[in-house]
Amino acid sequence: MSGLHSRGKTWFDALTSRAGGEQGGPVRAADAPLGGERARFIAVVPDPLNRFVRARDNVVGLEQGWHLARAVREALEADRDATHKRPLIAIVDVKSQAYGRREELLGIHLACAGAVDAYASARLAGHPVIALIVGPAMSGAYLAHGYQANRIIALDAPGTTVHAMGKEAAARVTRRSVEGLEALGDTVLPMSYKMSAYAKLGLLHELIDGVDADAPAAADIERVRASLIAAVADARSGPRDLSNRLASADAKRTRAASIEARRRLAEQWDQDPDQDRDAT
Amino acid sequence: MENIRYEYPAARPVARRAHVGVVGSGDLEVLLSPSGTQHAEVVIRTSVDGYGHVWKSVLDRFFSRYDGAAKIELNDFGATPGVVMLRLAEAVEASEPGNAQGDRR
Amino acid sequence: MSAHDVFIARHSFIELTARERARALLDPGTFRELLGPFDRLESPWLAMQNVVCQSDDGVVIARGALGGEPAVIAAIEPAFQGGSIGEVSGTKIAAALELAAREFDAGRTIRPVILFETGGVRLQEANLGLAVIAEIHAAIVALRRHVPVVGVIGGMVGCFGGMSLAAALCTELVMTRQARLGMNGPEVIEEEAGIGELDSGDRRLIWSMIGGEERVAVGLADTLVEDDTGEVRDAVLAAFGRGVPASHRSEQVERQLERLARVNPDAIDPESLRALWQGDAR
Repeated sequence: MSGLHSRGKTWFDALTSRAGGEQGGPVRAADAPLGGERARFIAVVPDPLNRFVRARDNVVGLEQGWHLARAVREALEADRDATHKRPLIAIVDVKSQAYGRREELLGIHLACAGAVDAYASARLAGHPVIALIVGPAMSGAYLAHGYQANRIIALDAPGTTVHAMGKEAAARVTRRSVEGLEALGDTVLPMSYKMSAYAKLGLLHELIDGVDADAPAAADIERVRASLIAAVADARSGPRDLSNRLASADAKRTRAASIEARRRLAEQWDQDPDQDRDAT
Repeated sequence: MENIRYEYPAARPVARRAHVGVVGSGDLEVLLSPSGTQHAEVVIRTSVDGYGHVWKSVLDRFFSRYDGAAKIELNDFGATPGVVMLRLAEAVEASEPGNAQGDRR
Repeated sequence: MSAHDVFIARHSFIELTARERARALLDPGTFRELLGPFDRLESPWLAMQNVVCQSDDGVVIARGALGGEPAVIAAIEPAFQGGSIGEVSGTKIAAALELAAREFDAGRTIRPVILFETGGVRLQEANLGLAVIAEIHAAIVALRRHVPVVGVIGGMVGCFGGMSLAAALCTELVMTRQARLGMNGPEVIEEEAGIGELDSGDRRLIWSMIGGEERVAVGLADTLVEDDTGEVRDAVLAAFGRGVPASHRSEQVERQLERLARVNPDAIDPESLRALWQGDAR
């Protein structure tokens, strides 16, 4: 990806009214009005001058992970004694984690964990954390930036997708064609690359269609802003953990096994050990 | 993937249930429990198709010496007959009264 | 003891199944499995893709005692689908950690241990595997305020993918020399970036970069042990003995950025990294 055009930057600028005003680096963070309060918006953008050659696109690499953590923790620290915690809006447009030998040697897994830690800690401290998926939300990059949110909103648009592995790589690993892989996703829901299928897993708070993800009009931006405001309010009304992800009608249908496993584990947690009569 | 089921006559009640093995390449897991009937029932889920006759001869051999009224479930990932017999023997041993706990790879 | 005697006296941790590892780490006679094979909580997604299920979906959850204190161990079975995380196996881990946290809310204590042996997300369950890993992350961050969450990386699969982030969130990590800890497997790096970036066949190089000895030497893991259940158990107990630290590795943003700043990406390798990073006080 050349230059600095990216959906992450487009939506960051639009929602913070930053249009052109410049920060540098792969992580953009700014406080801006959202509804009647100030929220911190955070995005990962391409960084063509990044010290790490393998981390110059919209990916989460070593620096991205720790800078995400820093952006979140600054807000966490600033609001530490405040009763009202500012919302954190993760604008998600990340095609993958960075793939490179330096990344592995230097602990990219920890850098990403740093971001996970920060977002989770902020959520536990009472900050409403909202993920806004405007492009790819892939794999470890999404774990680091977005997946610890209280509520997840996504644009239903070409190029917006959630998955654990890119199509070409996944097709290779499963020994299918890309078309075959896409067809598989129509029968095996968690394998699908479509946002409509992801929505059926019960993880999304809202799927917004009819918005131009690459060049949003003013009405598009206002629509998304209204959704963010509603998601913030909804997050504040519920618990600080991720239990809401199993609460929807969709989740009860497609994640029945998750719900059943949790129920039965809780049942057996305190079971009298004398009841154990197995040979295992 | 194939699902196969066999039934054998059996009279001796099984003492307790047992589990051995893992569904790894070339291996299988065995869940053995009392059938509650006068029969032994074997339910096989296998990743390798077309070996029904081999399963039958393995199980015929096994049940020629085992008379427990057991429900035996096998989840198989391409184990050889030798490995299948070994796992069945381990499961039987673990299900007999007084034997030590623990499963084995 | 001669080297021979030492060798014979060793009890390999790596050769054990997940169930055996959990049993070996817990105090003798205290092992009690939850959601075991006979509960038959299997993957709902594998049969439709012609993959044979394992009845515990590849994760063992066991309660018991560790050093006389209540404990819970989540052990991943590497032989089943490379220890990869699916909807059910990941949920078992997340739910066990969540229930452990509730113990503290109720005024009790429990020692949580995770035995990592996993390639990450189970591709056949892609988005659900990824989602439950996020739930595992959330549960670790919430639980480790109360008690150390101790991770062990033992064997030949290692710890990769989204679960490497979970390992990095743990309070302490115990690794054997044979273990590896990394985000992307060497084959994936080679596939994505070319053999010039990384030759996944160069085992010596791989282990020198992401193996247990290097990770402990540069401060990305805490204790290096031999492949011996006694050593692993002692290391786990010692980690609990140290209690909850003032801050966790994954919270130390400025420190980690400072460590990264010392690195010249054009001139870094496993040996020079040790010179740069070894000996940092935690």
